[in-house]
Amino acid sequence: MATATTERGALTHPDVERLSDVNTDILKILSRPGKGWWALFLLAAAGVGVFFTSWVIQLVRGIGVSGLNDPVGWGVYITCFVFWVGIAHSGTLISAILFLFRAPWRQAVYRTAEAMTVFAVMTAGLFPLIHLGRMWHGYWLFPYPNSRFLWPNFKSPLIWDVFAVTTYFTVSATFFFLGTIPDIAAARDGATGLRKRFYQVISLGWRGTDRQWHHFGKAYIFLAALATPLVLSVHSVVSWDFAMAIVPGWHATIFAPYFVAGAIYSGVAMVITLIVPMRKVWGLEKYVTTKHIDALAKLCLLTSLIVLYSYLCEFFLAWYSGGVIERASFWNRLFGPYWWATWTMLTCNGLVPIMLWFKRVRHSIPALWVISIFVNIGMWFERYVIIVTSLHHEYEPFAWGMYRPSHVEVGILVGSFAWFGFWFLLFTRILPPVAIAELKEVLPPPLRKIRKPAEEAHA
Amino acid sequence: MSATTSVEKRGLLAGYDFLDSAVDAIHGLKKAGFKEIMAYVPYPEHHIEAALGYGQSPVRVFTLVGGLTGAATGLALTTWTSAYWPLVVGGKPIIGIPAYIVITFELAVLFGALATLIGLGINAHIPDFKPRVAYDPEFSAGRYGLFVEVPADRVDEAKRILEAQEPAELRVGEEAAHA
Repeated sequence: MATATTERGALTHPDVERLSDVNTDILKILSRPGKGWWALFLLAAAGVGVFFTSWVIQLVRGIGVSGLNDPVGWGVYITCFVFWVGIAHSGTLISAILFLFRAPWRQAVYRTAEAMTVFAVMTAGLFPLIHLGRMWHGYWLFPYPNSRFLWPNFKSPLIWDVFAVTTYFTVSATFFFLGTIPDIAAARDGATGLRKRFYQVISLGWRGTDRQWHHFGKAYIFLAALATPLVLSVHSVVSWDFAMAIVPGWHATIFAPYFVAGAIYSGVAMVITLIVPMRKVWGLEKYVTTKHIDALAKLCLLTSLIVLYSYLCEFFLAWYSGGVIERASFWNRLFGPYWWATWTMLTCNGLVPIMLWFKRVRHSIPALWVISIFVNIGMWFERYVIIVTSLHHEYEPFAWGMYRPSHVEVGILVGSFAWFGFWFLLFTRILPPVAIAELKEVLPPPLRKIRKPAEEAHA
Repeated sequence: MSATTSVEKRGLLAGYDFLDSAVDAIHGLKKAGFKEIMAYVPYPEHHIEAALGYGQSPVRVFTLVGGLTGAATGLALTTWTSAYWPLVVGGKPIIGIPAYIVITFELAVLFGALATLIGLGINAHIPDFKPRVAYDPEFSAGRYGLFVEVPADRVDEAKRILEAQEPAELRVGEEAAHA
C-alpha cells in the first residue's frame, strides 16, 4: 500500500481518485452562481457601459475627443490593441505549443488560458476600429472587389495585421470550441431542462465514440500544429507595424522575437491573475495544484528574462550604434518627460519578477498573484512606452510634442478590461472552465486486474 | 453459419468501470468474429483505439489540401491584385514576394484550420442530432461503454462475452435501428 501512495504522489493530480470525480467537481461550478460572481458581473457590465458610452461619444463628436494629434497619432488605443493581442498569446502557447511538447501540466490550466485567448482577441479586435475614428469605413481594410478594383496595399504591415489577427481569432476560437465539445457533452449529460437543451445543441451530438475520438485526436493535433507557427507569426506581424517604420525606437530587427516573448510573458501573468481566484473560489486545489502554479511561474520567469534581455539589448544597441537620433530617443525614454512610464515598465517587468527565482515565492499563491498584477501593469506600460515615447520625440525638434490620453480614451481603456471580464465571467458559468476530458487523460485509468509490466506490454 | 437467413440485428450495450475490462471485452468480441463494435470513452484512450484497430485518419488530407489551397489563394490574391492595378509604392517592385509571404502564410493557416474542421465533421459525423438509444450519461463521466451489433441468433454468445468482463450495466436492445 505504501508503494501505491508514493506512486500517487508522483501523479499530476494525486488527490483526484476517480474519473467521474472530475465531472462532479468541475460541473458544479456551472450551477447557481454566488453573490460574488453577480457582484463582479454587474461591475463588469457597468464597465462595458462605460466602454460603449465612451466609444459612442467619440463616434458622435469625432476622433478629436481623443488626445491623438500630431506628432503622436497612435496612443492608448494602439497600446491596448497590442496589449490585448499579447494577452491572447499565452493561451495558444499553453493549449497548442505545450500540447505538442506533451507538457504534463497544461491540462489543468489550458481551458482558462484558451478562453482568455479568445476573449482577449475579441477585445483587441475592437481597438483598430475604435482607432479608425470613422469606423464605418472599417471594411476598407479587407480586400473586396470595389467598383474600381482598387486593392489594399499588401506590402503594408497594417494589412498583414488584418490578416494575422482575423486568422488568429478564427483559428483560436475554432480550437477553443473544438476542445470544449467533449466537455459540453459531459455538461449536457449532467444537466436538466433548458440547460440540457442548450448543451445538446452546442455539443453537436458528441457521444465520445471511438470513431469520434479517433478523428478528433487527429484534428486537434493538426490544429495545434497550425496554431503554433500562427501564434508566433501574429505578434511578429504586430511588431512589424512598428519595426517596418523608420521611427527611432521602432526600427529594430529584434522587435519580432521581443514582442512574441513579451506577449507570452503578459499572457502567462494574466493566466495567473485569473486562475488564482478561480482556484480559490471554486476549490479547484485538487486540479490546479501548486505544481501547476509553479510551472506557470517558471514560464513567467523565463519570459521575463527574455524581455529584460531585449530591453537591455535595445538600450545597448542604441548607444553602440552611434546613431545620434537613436541615442537621443532612448535617452529620452529613460529621462525624458515620459520617464515615469519607462521606469514603471522596467520595474514591473524586469525587477519584480526576479523574486520568482525563489521557490518560496513561486509557492506562495498571494505573492504570485500580486507579481502577476505587476507584470500586467508593466506590460501595458511597455507598449505605451514603445508607442508614445517614440512618436513624441522623432527627428526634428520642431515636430516634437506631447500626448495626454483624454477622458474618452481612459474610459475605453478601463472599459476594455470590463468587456474582457464580462465575457470571461459568462464563460465560467456556461462552459466547463477546466478541461474535463483532457484531465482524465493524465489520471491513471481504473483497472480491475493489477498486471505485471510484461503482461501490460503485450496487452 | 446459422440456419436462418434473416439479417435482423440486435444491439447490446455494456458499460464497464474498468479500462482493462472494456479492452478485454473488445478482444473477446473480435475473436468471436463480431465486427460492428463501437466504444464510448470519456476521454481519448489509445488502448481502446488500439484494440479496435484504427489506421490513419483521413483528416490529415483535409488539413494538407486546405493549407495548400490557402497558400495558393494568398499568393494569387496578392500578386494578381498588384498586377491588376500596378502602382509603385515606396519604390518597391510591383510584385514584392517577400511582403506577400505573410498573407500567404496566414491564409494557409486559416484555410488549413477550417478544412481540418470540415474534415473532422465529415469523418466523425459531427454534428449529429439524431436521438440515440444506445447511450448512457455515465459514458462522459467515468464509464467505458461498448455497443455491439450482432445477428439476432448470436445475441447470447455476445452477451456471454460481455458478461465475462463483469459489466456495471448490460442492455440488450430490441433492434439496433438507432445505433
